[in-house]
Amino acid sequence: MAYAIPEGQVNVRHFLKLRSASIALAALIALSGCGSADDSSGITLLNVSYDPTRELYREVNAEFAKQWQQESGQRLTIKQSHGGSGSQARAVIDGLQADVVTLALAYDIDSIQRKGKRLGANWQTRFPSDSSPYSSTIVFLVRSGNPKGIRDWEDLVKPGIEVITPNPKTSGGARWNYLAAWGSQLHRDLQGDWSKLENPADPQVQAAQAAAEKFVQTIYRNAPVLDSGARASTNTFVQRSIGDVLLTWENEALLATQALGPGRVDIIVPSTSILAQTPVAVVDTVVDRRGTRQVAEAYLRYLYSPVGQEIAAKHHFRPSDQKSLEEHRDEFVELSLFTIDQAFGGWDRAHEAHFADGAIFDRITSVKDAQ
Amino acid sequence: MSFRAPSILPGFGITLGFSTFFLSAIVLIPLAALIAKTGTMGWGDFVSTIFDARAIASYRLTFGASLLAATLNGVFGFIIAWTLVRYEFPGRKIIDALIDMPFALPTAVSGIALTAVFAHNGWFGQYLAPFGIKVAYTWIGIVVALTLIGLPFVVRSVQPALQEVQRDLEDAAETLGAGRFYIFRRIIFPTVMPALLTGFTMAFARAIGEYGSVIFIAGNLPMKTEITPLLIVIKLEQFDYAGAAALGFMMLVISFIMLLSINLLQAWGRRRHVAAGR
Amino acid sequence: MASGPTKEMLAELASRPGRDTIVSTFIKAVFIGLSLLFLAALLFAPLVTVFVTALEKGYEMYFESFRDSDTIAAIRLTLITAAIVVPVNTVFGIAAAWAIGKFEFRGKSMLITLIDLPIAVSPVISGLIYVLLFGAQGWFGIWLQEHDISIIYALPGIVLATMFVTFPYVARELIPLMQQLGNDEEEAAITMGAGGLMTFFHVTLPKIRWGLVYGVILCNARAMGEFGAVSVVSGHIRGMTTTMPLHVEILYNEYNFVGAFAVASLLTLLAVVTLIVKTLVEWRTGYTRTK
Repeated sequence: MAYAIPEGQVNVRHFLKLRSASIALAALIALSGCGSADDSSGITLLNVSYDPTRELYREVNAEFAKQWQQESGQRLTIKQSHGGSGSQARAVIDGLQADVVTLALAYDIDSIQRKGKRLGANWQTRFPSDSSPYSSTIVFLVRSGNPKGIRDWEDLVKPGIEVITPNPKTSGGARWNYLAAWGSQLHRDLQGDWSKLENPADPQVQAAQAAAEKFVQTIYRNAPVLDSGARASTNTFVQRSIGDVLLTWENEALLATQALGPGRVDIIVPSTSILAQTPVAVVDTVVDRRGTRQVAEAYLRYLYSPVGQEIAAKHHFRPSDQKSLEEHRDEFVELSLFTIDQAFGGWDRAHEAHFADGAIFDRITSVKDAQ
Repeated sequence: MSFRAPSILPGFGITLGFSTFFLSAIVLIPLAALIAKTGTMGWGDFVSTIFDARAIASYRLTFGASLLAATLNGVFGFIIAWTLVRYEFPGRKIIDALIDMPFALPTAVSGIALTAVFAHNGWFGQYLAPFGIKVAYTWIGIVVALTLIGLPFVVRSVQPALQEVQRDLEDAAETLGAGRFYIFRRIIFPTVMPALLTGFTMAFARAIGEYGSVIFIAGNLPMKTEITPLLIVIKLEQFDYAGAAALGFMMLVISFIMLLSINLLQAWGRRRHVAAGR
Repeated sequence: MASGPTKEMLAELASRPGRDTIVSTFIKAVFIGLSLLFLAALLFAPLVTVFVTALEKGYEMYFESFRDSDTIAAIRLTLITAAIVVPVNTVFGIAAAWAIGKFEFRGKSMLITLIDLPIAVSPVISGLIYVLLFGAQGWFGIWLQEHDISIIYALPGIVLATMFVTFPYVARELIPLMQQLGNDEEEAAITMGAGGLMTFFHVTLPKIRWGLVYGVILCNARAMGEFGAVSVVSGHIRGMTTTMPLHVEILYNEYNFVGAFAVASLLTLLAVVTLIVKTLVEWRTGYTRTK
């Protein structure tokens, strides 16, 4: 660049050097500020959970931290992270340093185990009740006074009924909805005898599966919206006044009636539904590296203690302990509950058959089939 | 140096060097990771992922709605920029300051607020419903959301260009008795055109990738109101990183070709303009 | 060189009929009307919704929302992120605009397109690419873990994702403007012996000030408002890695509509900043002009 005036050249270069030096400095500060999140004055735990448990864990964390300090003298801070169950599992696989995970479905923790190798394959046997200290089920939310007279699953496919449910491809809760609807039909057609499913070639089973598919297809065909998450669906139903019935977790239904103003919606509990187990696990690689195994395990065990069970019930989750459950019978209506193992042979098979790409859900919701 | 035309201005090497370095560090290397991830899936899987019927329906919706939104923004963005630069009216400054809001508001908030306004029981929705016009949970809603999030681009690109149009030139033309439309067509429009096209391009580009605001107003029904970014999220939810990367790669390629065409067109137009001016 | 009228043009202009004030008033009314209508439907209604919801339960509840420690942490994180991202992208934008706007070289359209690209990339992908690089399964994942450095699910990841998303804004505002303005004045300054920096600050900067102001404002607004990309790399740890937009989502999902929209309404304060900056720039330029 022979024509360049040297003085100017130097100036620009100097100027840019200064700037890039300040950028590097800023980056350094950024890095140093975040290298380690540990507090020197005590210990921290990170609980990576799904959306509807925020209120529950806020209370559990405060109570447990108090108890832990009394027992061990250590100051404990429990950090919370909430989001869609699937994306939270992904974050843990990709390196989010969760000491414990408390997610919406076992499939997501299985994925952490398989894809991230962050905990042992036997994780679901480490704590009582399939590592699910509390559970829920799927119920209906209808407009106040139940104007469309919705009582049970069969009413959802009546002409003119619009069902609101999130997208099972993006929401863990929506998968429970879908499986509850499907299972309810199997339960009816097989008269509750789940052992019949062991023989899939049985004509009665085949007919039941076909009927269930038709039933679920009708529900999704009549769905005007498929929101991406459970709470988005609740808002669509309650705030936007769209649809006649919302399929949702029992804890979400109870919370919604409280939070969004009683008298706007009613809860309808169907005759049968799925036992939605929401499991918890200690993430081995993280607790071993951080030396927090003892407190992490004590934290999850605390969920099974009478106090923990009571807090769960208070936040509308069904306690796994029978005695605690019985004490709250006025809220948790008794109904016949089936498990995912009974009706679908576990999460892996349910996912493969229903939610994987090109599986039943994709088939029944693509428009081409309708024509 | 056949790489560039000679100029007496300094700083070409350092500014270009810095720009390319920074571009590589922040944009190109991360995007290379995306392409590498796409590469981990077999050719057959790749083809079946990107040419899936649902994916194709989503491209059509995403690119169609984005084009429509960018066009709306081109027309109204220009009118708004013109109004803000050229006219005095009460509240002008406040409106001017509010133009950037679609960027500052988290997209989810825009989506929720638009859905509230355009739902059948919303402020506008209730007046549109009797005419059978449904905005929320249809493709119209998607266009509305995409128009909102792209609005600042056109206005903010055209505004400085309009401000810099030589007013004296216009005044001279006016004194000489030229008609308004003539001045607009021959003086203002050519000056503003590059900025307008830039604004249009950016609004279009932004609309293609938008996710946050659309999912609230779209309804997300497969084949009908499902945008491509949602399909990417769906892939991710199944831990299918490669599938998500493939769809992202596909969008990247289409966007790149479209943006490059617009930029080449603009470069060509500028050269022609310069040549004509001389 | 840009947009100069030719002699023929001016002569042709002279032969045209005079302007019609009634028509111009009419056009003015139509333009203002159309602008307001469009903005009312698209922009003002959502903004009003935000404020109506935020103030639904009175001013006390509104201000109460900002006393929450997680909210304060989110505001601080957003400000830190913007404070790093905006200056860096501004320097890049000016450098890129100088190289592209002032010089003719091969592959220019290609370079501009690459700069544009982050705008078209879906926010989900913008976050994902950093996970692919720095995540536990990513290219640098194992190395980072061994050295105990957190990029994603910590501030650096949030900064990087935000930088990616807002990368083109300043450059894209300045490039067309610099191209439109031409090089004549800079060339004159250099010929007269001014240095490169001096030429930039005294000749170029005053001309591109509006483009720069809008570029920085847009970049900043987007940096503070970005949700999708940040959401992917944030980890959503309350009080630690949640930015304002993420915090809005958290509050909204807790059915705390007042809190959510109150935090969102805080982001509209940026409009006030815009107003002040614009007034300042106008005042300064007005000052230099009269001088």
